[in-house]
Amino acid sequence: MNKRSRWALPYFIFLMMFVVMPLVMVLVYAIQDNTGTFSISNFIKFVQQPEDVNTFLYSIGIALINTVLCILLGYPAAYIMSNSNLNRSGVTIILFILPMWINVLVRTLATVALFDFIKAPLGEGALIFGMVYNFLPFMIYPIYNTLQKMEKSYIEAAEDLGASPLKVFLKVVFPLSLSGVSSGILMVFMPTISTFAISELLTNNKIKLFGTTIQENINNGMWNYGSALALIMLVIISITMLLSNNNDTAANEEGGLI
Amino acid sequence: MKRFFAQFYLWLLLIMLYAPILIIAIFSFTESKVLGNWSGFSTQLYSSLFSGGVNGSMVRAIENTMLIAITAAVLSTALGTIAAIGIFNLHGRKKNTINFLNNIPMLNPDIITGISLFILFVALGISQGYITVIIAHITFCTPYVVLSIIPKLQQMNANTYEAALDLGATPWQALRKVIIPEIRPGIISGLMLAFTLSIDDFAVTLFTKGNEGLETLSTYIYADARKGGLTPELRSLSTIIFIVVLVLLIIINIRSKRNKPIKKIRCTNDLRS
Amino acid sequence: MDQNNVIIQIEHLSKIYENYLVLNDINLSIKKGEFVTLLGPSGCGKTTLLRLLAGFIAPDAGNIMMEGNNLANIPPYKRQLNTVFQRYALFPHLDVYDNIAFGLKLNKMPEHEIEKRVSKVLKMVSMTDYEDRDVNSLSGGQQQRVAIARAIVNQPKVLLLDEPLAALDLKMRKDMQIELKEMHRKLGITFIYVTHDQEEALTLSDTIVVMNKGVIQQIGTPTDIYNEPCNSFVADFIGESNILNGRMIADCKVECMGHEFNCVDEGFGENVPVDVVIRPEDIYIMNKIEGAQFTGIVKSCTFKGVHYEMFVDTDSHNELMVQDYNAFEVGSTVGLFIKPFDIQVMKKERTCNTFEGVMTSEKTVEFCHGEFYCADTDWAAGTRVKVEINFDKVDLRDDRDEGTLVGEVSFILYKGNHYHITITTDDNDNFYVDTNDIWDKWDMVGIRIQPEDIHLTKLTADNE
Repeated sequence: MNKRSRWALPYFIFLMMFVVMPLVMVLVYAIQDNTGTFSISNFIKFVQQPEDVNTFLYSIGIALINTVLCILLGYPAAYIMSNSNLNRSGVTIILFILPMWINVLVRTLATVALFDFIKAPLGEGALIFGMVYNFLPFMIYPIYNTLQKMEKSYIEAAEDLGASPLKVFLKVVFPLSLSGVSSGILMVFMPTISTFAISELLTNNKIKLFGTTIQENINNGMWNYGSALALIMLVIISITMLLSNNNDTAANEEGGLI
Repeated sequence: MKRFFAQFYLWLLLIMLYAPILIIAIFSFTESKVLGNWSGFSTQLYSSLFSGGVNGSMVRAIENTMLIAITAAVLSTALGTIAAIGIFNLHGRKKNTINFLNNIPMLNPDIITGISLFILFVALGISQGYITVIIAHITFCTPYVVLSIIPKLQQMNANTYEAALDLGATPWQALRKVIIPEIRPGIISGLMLAFTLSIDDFAVTLFTKGNEGLETLSTYIYADARKGGLTPELRSLSTIIFIVVLVLLIIINIRSKRNKPIKKIRCTNDLRS
Repeated sequence: MDQNNVIIQIEHLSKIYENYLVLNDINLSIKKGEFVTLLGPSGCGKTTLLRLLAGFIAPDAGNIMMEGNNLANIPPYKRQLNTVFQRYALFPHLDVYDNIAFGLKLNKMPEHEIEKRVSKVLKMVSMTDYEDRDVNSLSGGQQQRVAIARAIVNQPKVLLLDEPLAALDLKMRKDMQIELKEMHRKLGITFIYVTHDQEEALTLSDTIVVMNKGVIQQIGTPTDIYNEPCNSFVADFIGESNILNGRMIADCKVECMGHEFNCVDEGFGENVPVDVVIRPEDIYIMNKIEGAQFTGIVKSCTFKGVHYEMFVDTDSHNELMVQDYNAFEVGSTVGLFIKPFDIQVMKKERTCNTFEGVMTSEKTVEFCHGEFYCADTDWAAGTRVKVEINFDKVDLRDDRDEGTLVGEVSFILYKGNHYHITITTDDNDNFYVDTNDIWDKWDMVGIRIQPEDIHLTKLTADNE
């Protein structure tokens, strides 16, 4: 009767061909030099190239700043929206999610337009604003979701046991919402670190992020070096993922939007 | 008082989020080449968009985007539906393996997906164009299709399939007459999701479109923006896209009432399922 | 049994799921037109048996014959059986009419004929005029009726019903029981009905098949099963009963609760330990002590609607459940009397735990995948032995780490002055334990046995 399980086979083959194999190829290219012999020369080259290392560190820095700003701005917003005493409308969250549906380039160009409009110079400020603008909804949504799903009886129980509103928040609500924060970090930090194009547009090509470095190398035919850089990014992302997965095994963030 | 500050804060954030979009929308109604200069109200940017007054390459980019999105959405929905039924009937390690693989394209940053496929196509000597872009789009759309169908299969009464067999349906008839109709909502939302994701994509397309001049809207905007001057018609186009998305979202919202997730955002927790 | 009258013949049927024997050598004959109920607690294999009949799963051994034909290679959609599922499994995308017509349409029956048949079955389940209703808008009871209609419209030879009333409330369940019985009479086809509700089984069935742990315990009419349970499991599962340890003194004489009773059972031999079953309504209770067989003190008295249910502590300190139309004051001393034919004597299935084991050294023995210390022997490692442990010598521990083996409480039987508990280990070995401690079903416990309580006998080639 369970022959139907074989239906997974075509997709399995597809995944092997177009997901697993490409990643393996990246790995293979990364550990080969231009002549096709195995070596770690690409990684040595990376370490010896201060410009690329700086871009790499700068990108991580920007991603961290962006993530922190998104938490600081997003957590209160998510909290307000999930608290029926402060906000009764269910539409507000949809308003926050809507911009996510617009092409990231259009959104970025809109930011550029805004800076042009208020006659502010493009540069680091615009870059950070653009990043926060792009990724804030991705932080708000998972936090809102966990807060929303939280049993209200926990709060009542804490109040009943004599906790002040501040204590209720610090000892009950915040710890329980950490899984949402951790999903949010993942959804903000990972894409930020891998963006390209956005930085070029927002800074008039003045500031380069690591994604752009990778893209330029690939575009210029430096596939081995580019693959090595991509691999480095993949490692950073995997580490972030493992870290945030460790402390929220219970988080069954639906990830559903709307 | 608390409530007032809370509301004030929310609206401040929303203004920040919507200001850029609003500015684009406002300046789509003026002819000025440079954004920020108001040269009087005009619908010129809209009319030239529809009359083909803009350069042909933008129109072609729109056509390409639609063609690729429709093809990729249909193919990934077909692949994803078959796969979802298969995965649903799998057990144990096999199921975990394929679920894990299914998560990779969702967790991978676009740039990695793009580069890895680029490397694959180059290494295999496949010339890049429509086909490679469509394959790439199927790669990152199908996981979302699978994930929107599997819950429907799980919600289905465990005996539904057996009930059909019991009443005399062959396995194939049971699939056609019972299972497919029951998971249809999941298939449709998977299709819509795939379509949106495909239209929305930039990074993966950029790496897999080759250099034969194939452009989608995203890559066209990117190329355009890099040249410095933003085609003014992009303002009207962006406004239209925004309104279409808005309308689509309202429709989806009404359709799905509230219980089913439509757009899966990238998140890792499925990895463990 | 008249072979021509048999519609389904099950022979040596076994089914294994993940190394667990869900059905163990089932043999069963079902007659044409019979209402057969498969009764047992959850996990006893009754639903598996039904699914094997329907063809959704295949047996690992044995055969099912229907009207003399082996069903082994016949897929479910070609079997002349139809199923009513526990949660109805109506197709939510079809309305009532299309749900019922589903099977007929597949058979390419002409539309007017379908209409006729559908309206006939709808009338039968009292759902006329519901044709166009969305099945999701129906109540549980109505959905159940549609599910039944959908099955019987195909005129199957056998109707399989998998706990069809389990999801309904009590009142609805009672009504549906009557309707099902009536439907069975009208249709004249064989019903095979699965339930865990003993009352439902007693009400509906011509024949009850009591199952536990994949094994048929007893097959019989409702009265047989109620009045003459063949073992303590059946006695405990069907109705309320007092199950006590006893000893057969001679034919028609049994010793129980420290008293000697006359009974009607013969052929057990002399001085044989037995289980004694006495239904609570069969115990006569009175205020005067003269003329009573034994006495007791009323410990509690609860009104149950028609009768009072009392727990009486007997003079030998056994607790008896007694039902009577009169209430007796708590604390008062009462006289008790049991008539000979109300005493049901059953052979004990076992008198101690018996396993086969292997010596791992001179003072350790392995059985049931656990290694235990035992009294010193002079047998070399590898010697095969028979292990015997008395029921009251198995020590159960709350902390499972304290036990040599870990098991789950799978069955609890109250025996008047102690509990007789079955512990099932992870490897599906059963330990039987007499204890005064109260355990709950599914508790995980550690099993410990003192070395001196493990009795070993060497297994030689000829007594194996």
